[in-house]
Amino acid sequence: MPRTKRVKRKEIFALGNEAVAEGALLAGCSFYAGYPITPSSEIMEIMAQRLPSIKQGCFVQMEDEIGGLGAVIGASLAGRKAMTATSGPGISLMQEHIGYGCITETPLVIVNVMRGGPSTGLPTSPAQGDVQQARWGTHGDHSIIVLSASNVQECLNMTIEAFNLAEKYRTPVILLLDEITAHTREKIEIPNPDEYEVFNRIVPTMPPEWYKPYEETVRGVPPMPAIGSGYRFHVTGLTHDVNGFPTSRSDEVRELNERLFRKIDQFLHDVQIVEEISTEDVDVAVIAYGCVARSAELAVKQARDVGVKAGLLKLSTLFPYPRKATEKVMSRAKTIIVPEMNMGQISREVKRVNNGQVSVRTINKVDGQIITPAEIFKVITRV
Amino acid sequence: MNEIQGTQLIHKYLRHNKKFPHVFCPGCGHGIVLGSLVRSIDALGLAKDDVCIVAGIGCSGRLAVYVDFNTVHTTHGRALTFATGIKMARPEMNVIVVMGDGDSMAIGGNHLIHAARRNIGVTALILNNNIYGMTGGQCSPTTPSGSFSMTSPYGQMEQSFDCVELCRAAKANYVARGSVFHVNELDKMVTEAISNPGFGVVEIMTPCFTQFGRKNKYKSPVEMFNYLKKNVISQERYNDLSESDRDGKIPSGVFVKKSEPGIEEKYYAMARQVQEGI
Repeated sequence: MPRTKRVKRKEIFALGNEAVAEGALLAGCSFYAGYPITPSSEIMEIMAQRLPSIKQGCFVQMEDEIGGLGAVIGASLAGRKAMTATSGPGISLMQEHIGYGCITETPLVIVNVMRGGPSTGLPTSPAQGDVQQARWGTHGDHSIIVLSASNVQECLNMTIEAFNLAEKYRTPVILLLDEITAHTREKIEIPNPDEYEVFNRIVPTMPPEWYKPYEETVRGVPPMPAIGSGYRFHVTGLTHDVNGFPTSRSDEVRELNERLFRKIDQFLHDVQIVEEISTEDVDVAVIAYGCVARSAELAVKQARDVGVKAGLLKLSTLFPYPRKATEKVMSRAKTIIVPEMNMGQISREVKRVNNGQVSVRTINKVDGQIITPAEIFKVITRV
Repeated sequence: MNEIQGTQLIHKYLRHNKKFPHVFCPGCGHGIVLGSLVRSIDALGLAKDDVCIVAGIGCSGRLAVYVDFNTVHTTHGRALTFATGIKMARPEMNVIVVMGDGDSMAIGGNHLIHAARRNIGVTALILNNNIYGMTGGQCSPTTPSGSFSMTSPYGQMEQSFDCVELCRAAKANYVARGSVFHVNELDKMVTEAISNPGFGVVEIMTPCFTQFGRKNKYKSPVEMFNYLKKNVISQERYNDLSESDRDGKIPSGVFVKKSEPGIEEKYYAMARQVQEGI
């Protein structure tokens, strides 16, 4: 093989939260607004420091999380790649605006470093309790993309991915992290500019008077001009027609709502990111995400060492739930184990896909402690 | 300006393809505010593309639908936060926020205070009709004590907010109060608020006959306009009145006018320094 000259990647020793900020800047994020909350605050602190030094970079500390996401939506409408980061109570406050982002098709990234709950809960302990909230937290029916990361390198990679998907599908993307991933410090590599893709939203090229802001396209995603760029149109959280004006005509209402689902659902192969680890000849498959996926990876390896045919399906996309990948693993395995730091929020999806075909075991832990490799290993070798 | 010219001017800025008629009831003052806004923008010679109207929820929130600018109809009470994002992202835009009294001082009270404190370069028009109109006539933070609404059927017991005092205390750059009866004055205030740097607030007293008037024994919209005519008085006249005569009177005029730079100006000046390594 010919040796191509590779530029050595820059290496840094970073927290998960720092990697998120780094990834956001690599993806072209130039606007951050939010409100500090443990365990996500480092993301905000780094953005406050870094954004003024990049061209047009802008940072605002708002009066609360509602204001934070409001400002992010405003900035995104004005043409910026924008993000906010928060944790449990903050994400609850943001829910109305997440729905607004969905119906107005505003690209934005929300990082939720999950903490124990409900309510103020355990601010500095890990948990995975916001999984279903990320999917169904806001009112009304809508599609949304939810990603997760299980180590610091993935924090960086998945943040870039989150921005790309947000821009590509004109939708809010939620990146769910847990306190362990966010507060682990590891060596990571910063990819060189030619090693990752940056997707920018498609802007209209037709004359402004031809432009219809919510018209159907082949991909289902209408082009999006920035406020102030010569395309004047109305943006509203009300159900709107193709011109962006409020409507209650059932055909127009149906058309919009169906397109909001369709634009994501017809590209599941692009949206659903999973990783399979030794699942080719699997008897017992673990399905995990976040820091638990890391424990599971070690447990699977240890189980292989003692002769159990174990494998791992690591979910980087949580929603739309990767049904196909799950079915593929299920067709091979006799038992599925779903360990998670909640009372069963992803296992609910797994059981829905499974529909009673194979045995699904859950490991649920809600004591503010991580699920250890030993705990998963024990269950793998017992079944 | 004669009447025909005035109407043509408004037509220049309306969205003719939008399904008119509008949602405002007969006797509502919101259309007058819309006229005032359009005249101010025209007087300042702003290009349509350089103006962004951000509106909250309720009757006043619908105002944004009718005018041919960049328009954003936001969530209840949060219009100022969206406007903050737009203004910070595009400081060259003229961002004008239209809110109701509930929108700006109840659910959005915190955002109003902090927009003023932050001195973000947007103009806030607060359409104060002392009631929740679109939701069906419940009391608002500015419903006068003793008056009636769907949720104060025995008379409002709470005190009402004074928008001007609130914004002055929160350090807004420009604070004024006018009424839809005193249109020429209102035009001047709106024009001045848009051209002034930093956060500008114009509280506009406007009648809601359908929800407020009916429950408080006003016989017609005309009577409500007459109330504004009689009771919205200049702050100089107001200050000359004795304490007992002030009851029911509403002082108007420009209360605060500073020309400190908005946060967006300060921020990008700082960013330039950071980028140049100063």
